[in-house]
Amino acid sequence: MGEAIIRLENVSKTFSSGQGNVEAVRNINLEIEKGDIFGIIGLSGAGKSTLVRCLNLLERPTEGRVFIGGKDITVMKPKELSILRRDIGMIFQHFNLLMQRTVLDNVTFPLEIAGESKKEARKKAVKFLETVGLAEKKEAYPAQLSGGQKQRVAIARVLASDPRILLCDEATSALDPQTTKSILELIKDINRNYGITVVIITHEMSVVQEICNKVAVLDHGNLIEKGTVEELFRSPKTEEAKKLVFSETAHIRHMHSSRQIRVVFDGKSAFEPIIGNITLELKTPVNILYANTQTINGNAEGEMILQLPDNKEIADKMVDYFKEKNLGAEEVNYVD
Amino acid sequence: MWTEQEILMILQGLWETVIIVFVSTFFGYILGLPLGVLLAVTDSEGIKPHPMLYKVLDVVTNVLRSVPFIILLVVLIPLTRAIVGKSYGTAATIVPLVIAAAPFIARMVESSIKEVDHGVIEAAQSMGAGTMTIVTKVLVAEARTSLLVGVTIAFGTILGYSAMAGAVGGGGLGSIAIRYGYNRWQPHILWPSVIILVLLVQLFQILGMKISKNLDRRRT
Repeated sequence: MGEAIIRLENVSKTFSSGQGNVEAVRNINLEIEKGDIFGIIGLSGAGKSTLVRCLNLLERPTEGRVFIGGKDITVMKPKELSILRRDIGMIFQHFNLLMQRTVLDNVTFPLEIAGESKKEARKKAVKFLETVGLAEKKEAYPAQLSGGQKQRVAIARVLASDPRILLCDEATSALDPQTTKSILELIKDINRNYGITVVIITHEMSVVQEICNKVAVLDHGNLIEKGTVEELFRSPKTEEAKKLVFSETAHIRHMHSSRQIRVVFDGKSAFEPIIGNITLELKTPVNILYANTQTINGNAEGEMILQLPDNKEIADKMVDYFKEKNLGAEEVNYVD
Repeated sequence: MWTEQEILMILQGLWETVIIVFVSTFFGYILGLPLGVLLAVTDSEGIKPHPMLYKVLDVVTNVLRSVPFIILLVVLIPLTRAIVGKSYGTAATIVPLVIAAAPFIARMVESSIKEVDHGVIEAAQSMGAGTMTIVTKVLVAEARTSLLVGVTIAFGTILGYSAMAGAVGGGGLGSIAIRYGYNRWQPHILWPSVIILVLLVQLFQILGMKISKNLDRRRT
């Protein structure tokens, strides 16, 4: 167990507006360890963005405390907080680059804020632009770059201030799948090479599967589930978490069948011909509606959705069989 | 067609107008730019909301803006006397022009700055930038093209006001147009003055837009 670099204690944030109060996040307790790539997943409006802004106090929690590296930042003076924020980089969905500055001057910006000399700042900036593979674009302006390139500049800008933590607020949501993959790859490298703890806010399970080692599920401002990504993928406990995990197979609801079961298996269980065995044993064929393999946190995980026969007795037996085999098996119901 | 004396008078008027407008625009921004920034920053959506200060500045700006310029000219005579020593002539025109232009400039600055993408401000805050750094390096720097368009508009407006000042003894082409054109009905003086004024506005309009466009890096 590593040390908790980020710790939230009973954090709540309420926005008051003319129409009354809106509780964006409610009583959140969370620990994120050094070196983690921690995903916070939820549907839009779940309070993810508010929660991540509580980590650097862009939003001040109405209740609770936020500890960074063991220090309560909610009691810090503005000056102290400014210095602390240099330790917490943040990238955004819409990149938020300075449009009137060159790529190079965007990367030197945090160094200017920190009071470094222009010459020193430029030297560092070029180095970090090399890290993200954009050194040749240093004299370009953000408007001349693609979305993926802009996010790379934003990442170089974060690296320039040598942070301990990187917050990603839907950092890949405006990018196409290919670019998303390469940006996630870059974030993974940064986590590994610089030992930067990463917090990723997303509404896409695929992002979490691709890169995170731990995950928390946020729903209507409540933290409803947390654990490793494997745990969540194999056996999501709450309805909301299921919705997120199964989102990619949701189109199956359009296939007519009364009962379905979702089976998850890893390399160890893949030796046994389970489907074949079950068909032979129960003398009833099963229909595979969906099958997929993906890498989660470095391990191959398979996922299958099977249609269960209409005969209730046989169907129940099949469910028991899968559960017996210790596979992540769960009946899923796509009827909304 | 024109006597040498008349030509010299018109050129003299042109020169006075240029001086009046440049100096007034300059001092208008000395007052209006900080005022506009303050309005944008202390607004409830700004980076340092301050409802009381905003309200006060808002009311002062509105009151000054709503006094017709020709009235303001008269009302400000004591102030003008106190600053430049007399209430007529080129220098005396500048005082009421600055007072009239400043709140108008402040409003334009305010709206230019409010156009700056909130996300960029947030990014700067996340890097630990203080309020002053955000004002100078983010707000003003990112809004610069819009601010320059504002300068162009301010220039044209002040030029128009300066002609009005001519009616109460100010200098410049406007004053010539009113005295010779209106009071004495001498069209051969009136029309060149008017045409030169129009050309002047056009020239600065084109120049301002060109500079602002050249400075804009948001286009590829």
